[in-house]
Amino acid sequence: MGADRYAFLGDLVGYGADPVAVLELIEGYAANGAVVVLGNHDAAAMGRADEELNRNAMAAVDWTRAQLGKRQRAFLESLPLIVTDDNLLFVHASAAAPEQWIYITGLREAEESLSAGKTTYIFSGHVHSQKLYYTGASGRLLEFLPVPGTPIPAARHRRWLAIVGSAGQPRDRNTAACYLLFDSERERLTFYRVPYDVGATIRKIRAAGLPERVALRLERGT
Amino acid sequence: MSAVAPGTVIDGFRLGEKIHTGSMATIFRLTGPDGPLPLIMKIPRLGAGERAVNVIGFEVCRTVLGALPQSPHHPTLVAYGDIETTPYLVMEFVDGERLNDWLHRAPMPPEEIARLGSAIAVALHDVHRHDVVHLDLKPTNVMFRPSGEVVLIDFGLARHGHYPDLLAEELRIPLGNWVYMAPEQVLGVRCDPRSDIYALGGMLYELATGRTPFGKPGTVGELRRRLYRDPIPPRSIVPSTPGWLQEIILRCLEVDARQRFSSVEEVAFALSSPARVELTERASRRRRASLWRLALRRMEVSAFEPAPCPPLSLAARIARVVTVAIAPQESNERLREALRAATRNVIAADPHCRIACVTVVPPAATLSGVGDENSATGRHIHQLIELRNWAKPLDLPEERVTCHVLESDKPAAALLDYVTMNEVDHVLLGAPKDASLARRVTGVCAQVAGTAPCTVTVVRPRPEG
Repeated sequence: MGADRYAFLGDLVGYGADPVAVLELIEGYAANGAVVVLGNHDAAAMGRADEELNRNAMAAVDWTRAQLGKRQRAFLESLPLIVTDDNLLFVHASAAAPEQWIYITGLREAEESLSAGKTTYIFSGHVHSQKLYYTGASGRLLEFLPVPGTPIPAARHRRWLAIVGSAGQPRDRNTAACYLLFDSERERLTFYRVPYDVGATIRKIRAAGLPERVALRLERGT
Repeated sequence: MSAVAPGTVIDGFRLGEKIHTGSMATIFRLTGPDGPLPLIMKIPRLGAGERAVNVIGFEVCRTVLGALPQSPHHPTLVAYGDIETTPYLVMEFVDGERLNDWLHRAPMPPEEIARLGSAIAVALHDVHRHDVVHLDLKPTNVMFRPSGEVVLIDFGLARHGHYPDLLAEELRIPLGNWVYMAPEQVLGVRCDPRSDIYALGGMLYELATGRTPFGKPGTVGELRRRLYRDPIPPRSIVPSTPGWLQEIILRCLEVDARQRFSSVEEVAFALSSPARVELTERASRRRRASLWRLALRRMEVSAFEPAPCPPLSLAARIARVVTVAIAPQESNERLREALRAATRNVIAADPHCRIACVTVVPPAATLSGVGDENSATGRHIHQLIELRNWAKPLDLPEERVTCHVLESDKPAAALLDYVTMNEVDHVLLGAPKDASLARRVTGVCAQVAGTAPCTVTVVRPRPEG
């Protein structure tokens, strides 16, 4: 992939059948300097009440909580809501009120997050589909549906909010996982979609007895 | 960057003669370093009193030309400077005449117009097929290489569909050349390749008549007139204009993009084969729309909805899903090959479709715990590998083929579920070996073909011998 650093934008657990393995993996990256922020499903898995999760998600979260050991809980407890690094900001939802888990679904929410974040670049999760918000010359915010694999010039004299998309749990009928590569030297953002063994993931979810809806979503991609 | 003059060296490039001073940029020939291409440097006019669009135009040009593969139909971008400190673009110097240089010869002979127009259309097609719309076509932006090939220049207002549009919503006043601008551009639409077809029509009109179709609008109000007013038919200005040429010109200049040619390729084809142009009422039109029709249109103009932009050529955006159902352990190699041939035909007809290979296996009798490599999992993987092997010779990129093993003891119902849930557009499945089986309502093939909510193709290899 050619990445020097990694960032994980939250919701590490709560959807899948391998929460312990996932957290062990990401803790390893974190030990090597990776940015990791907390997502709402992670928070729920730690027992922080969140009535906004639906019944299926809640059932998955309850299951997840039962799997986690002391070490994994401690790791989740240690995660910040926001990480700022020079002109980059990482947050699961909105930088305006990260603990409120506001979905960036339009220009208004994106504008609020960018104004609150005060950095040139913001990278967010929470919303499952890839999207790029950017400022035009007049300062007004515009939006763009990224084309996977196309490096987008993202010069620092504008402001950029990238919704990276989810690894699993897609909403666009494409089962491939999402990630993004930011080249800070050349100021380029590239969104990617990468296929993985969805079948194996679905079988594990079903075998674990997680809600069928979680598995179906992976199968159908919506 | 304030005092640049011949002799100045910027990032190793030595400026030569200044060849152009425009409202947006200054252009110099480069005298060094020596390389295989003669070069120019384009420096945007920046700073106090200059328009913001100049710097955006620089960014747009850099993005669009940087993304287009090298081609004779647009200048090659060689290097660019940092936007904050030393913005510049170094590009191939195109030596040739501009369409503008020939306008004084209008009205031109129809055959010559067709030749020039078709060369422009071919160049435009080359740009359009990469999802780029030029949006500032005018006679000064069309150059001819000595070979006769057209080079389109100045991509400062262009739109590349794969990149964020930096000029979107920046335009309080419509950006571009008002003489040739398409009606939808007047309304701020910047994603329709048919806008370039309109501008091409405007240039053809000028070559055929010596006039521009809507004069030279000076105010937005005058510019908006083209939303309802049709141009004077070229034949009533130059009576010798052949019907085919008037047909092509007026079709390019239709207000609604959907009424124009659907692609610039079609314009190129029409211009290079006039005898095959289908003539409509446009070809013989002698006068503009009557006043009462005009009044009617004028009333409608407030409700004028520009046509939606056509989808990008990208697979992801418009992918049709085609499902190929293959029976587990299908041992009939001829049927497997026939299915593959049918799939290839579908792919050839629709290069953007996605292929989902599906098979249905009976559910495992027992299901043991996670991680246990039980036989059910083993079988499942085996089937998946079988499907992948079947799909391999199709030679499709990974993201366009998926393989699915469904578990059910009712294969037809499972397939139908899959087709419905995934909004599949087309199912291909093999015909049963025994013809008498096909007649049985219970057959998978009959059930799927009978009830699937989409097209179903039953594939049968020719009988041997």
